[in-house]
Amino acid sequence: MELKKTIALMGNPNVGKSTVFNALTGMKQHTGNWAGKTVETATGYFKSNSTTYEMTDLPGTYSLFTHSAEESVARDFLCFENSDKTVVVCSASCLERSLILALQCMEIKNDIIICVNLLDEAERMGYKIDLEKLSEILNVRVVGTVARNKKSLSNLIKNLNYKDTKSDFKIEYPKIIENAIKIIETTLENFDFNINKRFLSLRILEQNRSFLEKVKLQNGKSVMEISEIKASLSEALDYLKKEGLYENRISDFIASAVVKMAEITASEVISKTKSQYSKRTETADKILTHKFSGFGIMLLGLCLVFWITIYGANYLSNGLSFLFSYIEKFLESFFDFIKLPNLIKDIIIDGAFKVTSWVVSVMLPPMAIFFPLFTFLEDIGYLPRIAYNLDEPFNRCKSCGKQALTMCMGFGCNAAGVTGCRIIDSKRDRILAIITNSLVPCNGRFPAIIAIISMFLVTLGGFFGSLLEAFILTLVIMLSVAFTLISTKILSATLFKGTPSAFTLEMPPYRKPQILKILVRSLLDRTAFVLGRAVTVAVPAGIIIWLFANVKIGDLSLLAHISAFLDPVASLLGLDGVILLAFILGLPANEIVIPIIIMGYLSASSLTDLPSLNIMKDIFIQNGWTIKTAINFIIFCLFHWPCSTTLMTIKKETGSLKLAVFSALLPTLIGVLLCFFINLIF
Amino acid sequence: MKALNDLKVGEKAVVSEILTDGAMRRRFIDIGLIKGCLVKCVGISPFKNPKAYLIRGAVIAIRNGDCADIMVSGEVV
Ligand SMILES: Nc1nc2c(ncn2[C@@H]2O[C@H](COP(=O)(O)OP(=O)(O)O)[C@@H](O)[C@H]2O)c(=O)[nH]1
Repeated sequence: MELKKTIALMGNPNVGKSTVFNALTGMKQHTGNWAGKTVETATGYFKSNSTTYEMTDLPGTYSLFTHSAEESVARDFLCFENSDKTVVVCSASCLERSLILALQCMEIKNDIIICVNLLDEAERMGYKIDLEKLSEILNVRVVGTVARNKKSLSNLIKNLNYKDTKSDFKIEYPKIIENAIKIIETTLENFDFNINKRFLSLRILEQNRSFLEKVKLQNGKSVMEISEIKASLSEALDYLKKEGLYENRISDFIASAVVKMAEITASEVISKTKSQYSKRTETADKILTHKFSGFGIMLLGLCLVFWITIYGANYLSNGLSFLFSYIEKFLESFFDFIKLPNLIKDIIIDGAFKVTSWVVSVMLPPMAIFFPLFTFLEDIGYLPRIAYNLDEPFNRCKSCGKQALTMCMGFGCNAAGVTGCRIIDSKRDRILAIITNSLVPCNGRFPAIIAIISMFLVTLGGFFGSLLEAFILTLVIMLSVAFTLISTKILSATLFKGTPSAFTLEMPPYRKPQILKILVRSLLDRTAFVLGRAVTVAVPAGIIIWLFANVKIGDLSLLAHISAFLDPVASLLGLDGVILLAFILGLPANEIVIPIIIMGYLSASSLTDLPSLNIMKDIFIQNGWTIKTAINFIIFCLFHWPCSTTLMTIKKETGSLKLAVFSALLPTLIGVLLCFFINLIF
Repeated sequence: MKALNDLKVGEKAVVSEILTDGAMRRRFIDIGLIKGCLVKCVGISPFKNPKAYLIRGAVIAIRNGDCADIMVSGEVV
């Protein structure tokens, strides 16, 4: 008979949980070297020994008792879902800290497996860990793994298969706490709350409101409303007070006991030898977070990333547009051959196909190159260093330092950045970070900005041209960061008054990125994703714009009517009706803005041939573009409404339509004002 | 007696008292920052805030203002 077992995966942030999860289930959870990137739970399946395992990857957490949204998800899962086994992934290079969480978990569940991951890193740091001894001390199954190496996980699977006599582990608290526990636990004997009684007693003792609320929700009855329990609590509190332990320090006292136990356990199983490895991380940190070289390297690095993106994308673009012109010719003769009516042929080729081919040939290449580079920086562990360097400016703007992290994620994808804001505990700080996230351009907006820069701002070709383009793009990014800071500052002085909550930012050791994996994953997954979006968004958009251009009302096409309608507003902003229409139609995906503009211009003129990419610029100029238009376009591209996916994510994350609308209005307002003034002055 | 943020880069000390209250106090305890814990200041960010500390094997950045209420004592070499 086939067995089914459920497994929960717990652990501190950044210990390799997602890597373990992916290796076992074959799924593709986001991995990256910084604390806080797994914010959503994921579930996957795998089979071994005719047992099907359902594994849930929980958000990383330092403890079961902290208050951020994603951390309570992990705790609630552990307490209230009946998983068969719980794997607590620990970091071998930081075992002492990892054990704090492991011990807390062991207090609730008696089916724990401790998975000591990152053994390779620990070894390089000069730590040797006696896994057997650890298992002995804690009376629990312990396996050592190097999650990047799939083979090392076989041991974990083997341990999952074992049937266990449940271990009976207890953290020994100081005598007075033990006595107090006993008082409450005895009373609890008469009730069933579906949860470990000793654990519940401790929470009652420290009067952990948020947890007891959850217990109430789960059981439909409130623990603290039962008079016997209330009585035993005050008896216990009285007792502790007599012993000199005051109510407000009980929770500390209990927590400290767990930390001390972790400390003692770790010191018994770790032996340290000398190693140069930590020295090297230290040296790297000295350089990368130094007053001068820190910022220098950050800006140069950004510039370099953009340069590689631009230079590489150029080649790819040319190749792809060459390919598409062939496909177009082929399609055309094919449609002629099957005698497709002209109207339909035009809709398909001039509408759907052209827009799609531009999206793919112009927009896709920069994305396909930028994304792996971004992932590379993420994997190496550079993101937390950026946040560290930029923290003080964010502090001055009264925002949480983790906002720098979520802002960085926004460069990859604004929707992901918004979801990532869950790592910020305080509601106010989180909303600030969410609202301002789309002020930095995402992967989908870079190509449009790059295209316009290379057409209008840098006339130089070749090596130096692309270098200059990268430089300008870096300036554009600095502008967007500046506006993120300014808006944060203004918002926190007006609508969202308050002080930023305190936070701790973990800076993990640098890790060697898995280059091959990054390449394969971002090229395959990312490209597939963008292609999919291109087809689902560009095809209908292409058809709509073709219809707009070809359906005539009176003498003029619908497109001419619409753009004439938008023109007065657009010209105030130094743009034109077609551009504004393109931004509006680009709501589902920013990648299609430029292709739509070209389509709009083309269909209005009598050009019939598909122009090569090189003469795109001529089309723009014929339609009245100047350098001013180009600059305004870039500004508006930076600051306008976020794409619909991002907006929906904001609505979901904040639970408020008002905030979603506000997040659309804020960047739009900035863009409109900037464009308006630039238009006025120049 | 000095506060954690008074440590200079390279200095070590032992936590003697945590005066922070509320959620942040809990957060400090959860990363193992309790009375008696050995900490070392390992870095300072370009704008002098935050600083990075080695706490139980992990490098963690904390803003100066946030750890002004963590008292430390005794330079341990
Ligand atoms: N050297 C090494 N790196 C690892 C190991 N396991 C995970 N990593 C890396 O550690 C980082 C964090 O892993 P991830 O799975 O994203 O951590 P999570 O936050 O716990 O889900 C990633 O860059 C992984 O590639 C390991 O055993 N050895």
